[in-house]
Amino acid sequence: MKSLNVRRILMSLAAPVLALVVAFIVTSLVLVAVGDPVGDVWKTILAVPKPRQTVNIINAASVFYLSAIAVAVGFRMNLFNIGVDGQYRVAAFAAAIFAGQAWLPGWLNILVAILVAMVAGGLWASIAAYLKVKRGVSEVISTIMLNAIATGVVSWLLLKVSSRGEGSNSIETKTIPESSQLEGFKLIPGATNRVYTLLILAVLVGFLYWFVLSKTRFGFDLRATGRSESAAVASGVNVPRMVMTAMIASGALAGLVGMPLLFGQDHNYGTTFQSGLGFAGIAIALLGRNNAVGIGFAALLWAFLDVQSNALQIQADVAQELVNIIQGVILFAVVIAYELIRRADKRIEQTRVARELAAQRQAAPATEGAPA
Amino acid sequence: MSATGLEVGTQAVADRPKRRRFGLREWSIVAIGAIAVISVLRLVTGADDIASSGALAAAIGLAVPIGLAGLGGLWSERAGVVNIGLEGMMILGTWGAGFFGYHMGPWAGALGAIVMGMLGGLIHAVATVSFGVDHIVSGVAINIIGLGVAKYLAARFFNGLPGGGPTQSPPIDSLPDFTIPGVSDGLGTIEKKDWFFVSDVAAVLRALCTDVSILTIIAVLLFVATWWVLWRSAFGLRLRSVGESPVAAESLGVNVLRYKFLAVVVSGGLAGLGGGFLALVAANIYRDGQTGGRGYIGLAAMIFGNWRPGGLLTGAALFGYTDAVQLRGGATVHAFLLLFAVLLVAIGVWQIVRNQRVVQGGLAIVVGVLVGWWYFAVDAVPAELTGTTPYVTTLLVLAFASQRLRMPAADGQIYRKGEGH
Repeated sequence: MKSLNVRRILMSLAAPVLALVVAFIVTSLVLVAVGDPVGDVWKTILAVPKPRQTVNIINAASVFYLSAIAVAVGFRMNLFNIGVDGQYRVAAFAAAIFAGQAWLPGWLNILVAILVAMVAGGLWASIAAYLKVKRGVSEVISTIMLNAIATGVVSWLLLKVSSRGEGSNSIETKTIPESSQLEGFKLIPGATNRVYTLLILAVLVGFLYWFVLSKTRFGFDLRATGRSESAAVASGVNVPRMVMTAMIASGALAGLVGMPLLFGQDHNYGTTFQSGLGFAGIAIALLGRNNAVGIGFAALLWAFLDVQSNALQIQADVAQELVNIIQGVILFAVVIAYELIRRADKRIEQTRVARELAAQRQAAPATEGAPA
Repeated sequence: MSATGLEVGTQAVADRPKRRRFGLREWSIVAIGAIAVISVLRLVTGADDIASSGALAAAIGLAVPIGLAGLGGLWSERAGVVNIGLEGMMILGTWGAGFFGYHMGPWAGALGAIVMGMLGGLIHAVATVSFGVDHIVSGVAINIIGLGVAKYLAARFFNGLPGGGPTQSPPIDSLPDFTIPGVSDGLGTIEKKDWFFVSDVAAVLRALCTDVSILTIIAVLLFVATWWVLWRSAFGLRLRSVGESPVAAESLGVNVLRYKFLAVVVSGGLAGLGGGFLALVAANIYRDGQTGGRGYIGLAAMIFGNWRPGGLLTGAALFGYTDAVQLRGGATVHAFLLLFAVLLVAIGVWQIVRNQRVVQGGLAIVVGVLVGWWYFAVDAVPAELTGTTPYVTTLLVLAFASQRLRMPAADGQIYRKGEGH
């Protein structure tokens, strides 16, 4: 039993390591084929980050982490919430408007705004959940459509409520009052910038995700539904209600994605608010195998690549979009590796069981017929 | 996780009585009816642009890339592989068209777009068919990689060229386009007369025979060819059988994996050509972010069209038309609000009188009245909202007709060789 566990651990570590190696090789080949300086590129990306960049990596990772957890909640019960991208933008917009009104003082304003974001994200996701449960519409398609609709609706509403800053071209909501802006922690010595205060939120969400899924009945039902819908139905799980709950929970968590950015950096929602976080979340959730700790490492890796590639243009004269190729290859390599390892694992398990059965059968004739 | 997802809510309803097949005659009636409705709308609202040949020509130009992407989706999903990587494959196509088009002429550009799209399809095929990776996951990864590859290569190869830059290619030579001389001008004269219905028909015909790009003609031929190959040839029957029941297909000696592989690669090529159309015909240039989510709209058009080429064509035309109308200003879309209002009220009355569904009918009437109020209250619909028309339409179609849509039975399922034995 013990040796089996060691094998499991080795196998689950093998896939990400293999994926990184494959991504390294493939990217190098692309660089060579195109004629870009391979050495300079890797020197830039794999350099030890300066304190300032370390802070940026942690900040980016905390946002990625929230996004990936939101996606993972759906994944654990076989629901593909591609719509995190739209949900977090709708939610961040709603929260920015609420917080900008400054109806409440300081921290209270922040807390209620976060609640507003969760409700907005949950409501937006509930459209897809309703269509899934009542009309049998695949959540993949409906959330893709809802992402595009969110883009249109939010940019329209933004035009309606926006106050154009003096001398600036960007369109944005009212800036939140200073008492509700979060300054951040001085976590990394030597860095002039600060780590988002709402990193706490990411840690809290990660813990809750682990706790609810692994330690509660609800989490068990959710995972059971994901593994085998028919088995879950047989054990008394109300699947439509589970779909509704999981999808709305996923949307509510997606609502949190924009919060560290809103309170720690932008202080309003505008056309420059970071986009595409939802799709990064899908990749990171897959990379981290929907595991609270695994997603943490995956988010750090993703953020590391993102931040380090910013210097590519200056240091190696290579477009920083190269990082999308690296990330995409990692994602492909890791899902293929997981699949191959799963098959290999199954085969090893099958031969082991077959061997043990054969051994039992050989030992059996002596005791045949005797009561066990 | 699997692309097939949970089964909740998708249980099939009992067989409906078989409806009559939609033949050529039915399609003509629908087309003529649509033109008649549009001409009434034009008269009532005075928005002349909703049926001008200019708007219709723009609609054709916008419908082709959507249609080609949808056609790509059709090939892949008919063989049972869900392809949400269409967007990434289109993006690869735009770059291929820009690069090869600039260096070797527009025809090479079209070919380059197809080849780049096929590369994307190849990756999707290797991942989903050979390695059994989940189709959605692979599609998401293709979209990430496609975007990265196109931007990276554009910065690498277009920067410093005359007229080029890190985000756009130098101008590409145009492909030939066709105008039927005489007919086009004659129809133009009739269109200007503003006769009810006749002028609108003239506008449609004029749009169809003036400045039609050769790629548009090729796209139409590809539609016909796809229909014939998939529904009229033995090869197509096998390909579709792979998407319906791979186990049965394999027991009859069909090489399931090979068919799936081929279908996905063809799918990538078609999506790539759709991207190429954007670069070669619509813009004469490669630009970052040129596709603007058209791969997703193509997917939507395919679902709207119930996984059939005719329906897909209707969906692509509809979405292309809404896009064109939106680009020509808010006043034009505004006219359609009236149409929606009337339609919704009519549906509501129908539901109450014929089907005794008071709640649904009442809801439709209320929404219809609200839309009508909107029509009279404002002068233009904001462009941000009109851009969402294809997506809202698709959601509504899925919500109200999902029981009538039927996707290939084994769509999205991972198949391993010899699974049924």
